[in-house]
Amino acid sequence: MEQLLGYFLYLMSLLTVGGIYALLALGLNVQWGFAGLFNAGIAGFAAIGAYTYALLTTAESTYHYGGLGLPLFVGEIFAMTLAGIIAAIIGFICIRLRADYLAIATIGIAEIIKLIIKNESHVTNGPRGINKIPRTWEHLTEERFYTSPPLNWIKDQESWQLFFDSLPYWWWQPFFAGTILLLVFIVYLLLERARISPWGRMMIAVRENEGAASAAGKNVTRRRIEAFIVGAVIMGLAGAFLAQHVKLIEPTQTFDPSKMTFLVWVMLIAGGSGNNRGAILGAFLVWFIWSSSELVINGVIELFATMFDSVDIGILKNRAGFLRMLLIGLLLQLILQKYPKGILPEMRPAISGKFN
Amino acid sequence: MWESFGFNFVNFYFIPGLVLGCIYALGAIGITLTFGILRFANFAHGEIMMTSAFLTWSFYALVEVWFGLALHPLIAAMPAIVCAIIIAIGVDRYFYKPFRNSPTIMVVIASFGMMLVIRSIVQVLWGPNQITFVKGIAKPNAIVREFTGSFDMMLLVPNKHFWILGGTLIIMIAFNYLLNSTKIGKAMRAVSDNPELAKVSGINVEGVIKATWIVGGFCAAAAGVFMAMDTQFIESTMGFRMLLPMFAAAILGGIGRPFGAVLGGLVIGLAEELSAYPWIGNSPIISPGYKSGVAFSIMVLMLIIRPSGLFKGRVF
Repeated sequence: MEQLLGYFLYLMSLLTVGGIYALLALGLNVQWGFAGLFNAGIAGFAAIGAYTYALLTTAESTYHYGGLGLPLFVGEIFAMTLAGIIAAIIGFICIRLRADYLAIATIGIAEIIKLIIKNESHVTNGPRGINKIPRTWEHLTEERFYTSPPLNWIKDQESWQLFFDSLPYWWWQPFFAGTILLLVFIVYLLLERARISPWGRMMIAVRENEGAASAAGKNVTRRRIEAFIVGAVIMGLAGAFLAQHVKLIEPTQTFDPSKMTFLVWVMLIAGGSGNNRGAILGAFLVWFIWSSSELVINGVIELFATMFDSVDIGILKNRAGFLRMLLIGLLLQLILQKYPKGILPEMRPAISGKFN
Repeated sequence: MWESFGFNFVNFYFIPGLVLGCIYALGAIGITLTFGILRFANFAHGEIMMTSAFLTWSFYALVEVWFGLALHPLIAAMPAIVCAIIIAIGVDRYFYKPFRNSPTIMVVIASFGMMLVIRSIVQVLWGPNQITFVKGIAKPNAIVREFTGSFDMMLLVPNKHFWILGGTLIIMIAFNYLLNSTKIGKAMRAVSDNPELAKVSGINVEGVIKATWIVGGFCAAAAGVFMAMDTQFIESTMGFRMLLPMFAAAILGGIGRPFGAVLGGLVIGLAEELSAYPWIGNSPIISPGYKSGVAFSIMVLMLIIRPSGLFKGRVF
């Protein structure tokens, strides 16, 4: 029973993180899949969302700015807004130029965001990061939430305390995973609606043949900036939920640009860029591969250690993470060269406006 | 004047800035060449630099263990640079060449992936920790100090900086000769200006591409070794840290303009170091933590004002 619970909770955390990555991949799909905009600074936008959310919703703290203790949804809305504003600024500067410039600029923006988070330690607590970020559902067990509206209208403090004590410690985990999956579904529906709408069809026209779209009277630059902002808003939301999941965010490890940005790219390209279902499928698939490869590589190392006594297992374990990165990188090259369309290739929206 | 301003400024801000600028300039040459000739932003360029620094360290350490000889880093760099060029050509052959006829953004993604692949290989082989490249504190060159000190303009320049400045100068002169006076150099310029016209006039474009990787790889590898000599340690993220300043230098000078990239590199290097100088009052004008943001700000400013760069490069 204990073991079964362990598996269940592992599955829940896989679904949670997979869902967060699915949101990031959906955001990237709007930018790259719909509009052909190369964003190499995904980690930066996620970091904006995560830090905005964390600063607005954590309880008051002496280590960083505020801890304003606002309701969670306010933090999530501001996370999305700020990511969108930053995207708008970058968009106005570089979207007129070719895709390569945008790639360079977005890498730069991600680095600048990291620098700001690292250096402005009176606001962000610098490299030490922000701790105790409230997580949806689990946050209800914190005293400051159940003593304030709306929870204190239902029961008083003591009965809430008793109620939460009676629940198993993991009660919130399925709810949290469910919330994220629901969010993925909502974003998926909205994007699918956008894709088959005139806006989405125009976006594809702009991507495929800029000259023709422009000659047909479409405002190419504006459409591209819109797509860039929409994608960044979704990434900001994903960042807010990532902050909830990890609970402690700091600039270098949590938002490691090589890992996060790169994984999201592999997810989208493997799943099929331009296809929302592909983005979601790719995200979960690559995340499962990524998580299970940890177990596999550790197993291989153990095997090596039993076969050859002289092997220093510490060094191998230390470097196993880089081996994973290497394999994922080669996987990307393989997909790019052999299956550039991904598992679920892009489908043209039907004229009738039905879901296809 | 010298005591109050010059000594501090020249020795601790200007010369280090110049040295950093030389390193960026060498790196930016490769970026601007691949951007001009192959028409894509090569994200894996910084990793070639990093790999060559690691290889140099390994050759140095191997010779020391096997023969008990302590080589000069520049001699140990020779085989490393050859390896780096082979890596650059190999990466092009197996990972970039399949995309020659696809939209260029595909090869940008491929190079973005190679950036991680190369870095992970280095991290698997050499481990993630910093490695000391040259031990000890670099003392200023005594002769120069005595000589300049005798007329009250004391310069404190360690030997490593002379090697870097001199080495860059020699590479620049050789590069200038190659580009302007040799057949392959002229062919490279022709392909950069107009690839279709170059092709129909009988230039072997694949050969030019190979030459581009050799020249770009050589400059990048040299820059990596110089960087390691300057900072005296090597780590697997050093390539990525230099990527943005090098792109900034290439854009500042104008894409496809190698000498623009050199000037851009010098400007970016100097700007990064001088931004930490206390121009007003006693504290640095920009906090040293934001040093690496300077290159980015220059780049963004350039993209707004004049995307073609100082030397009228190409805008895609």
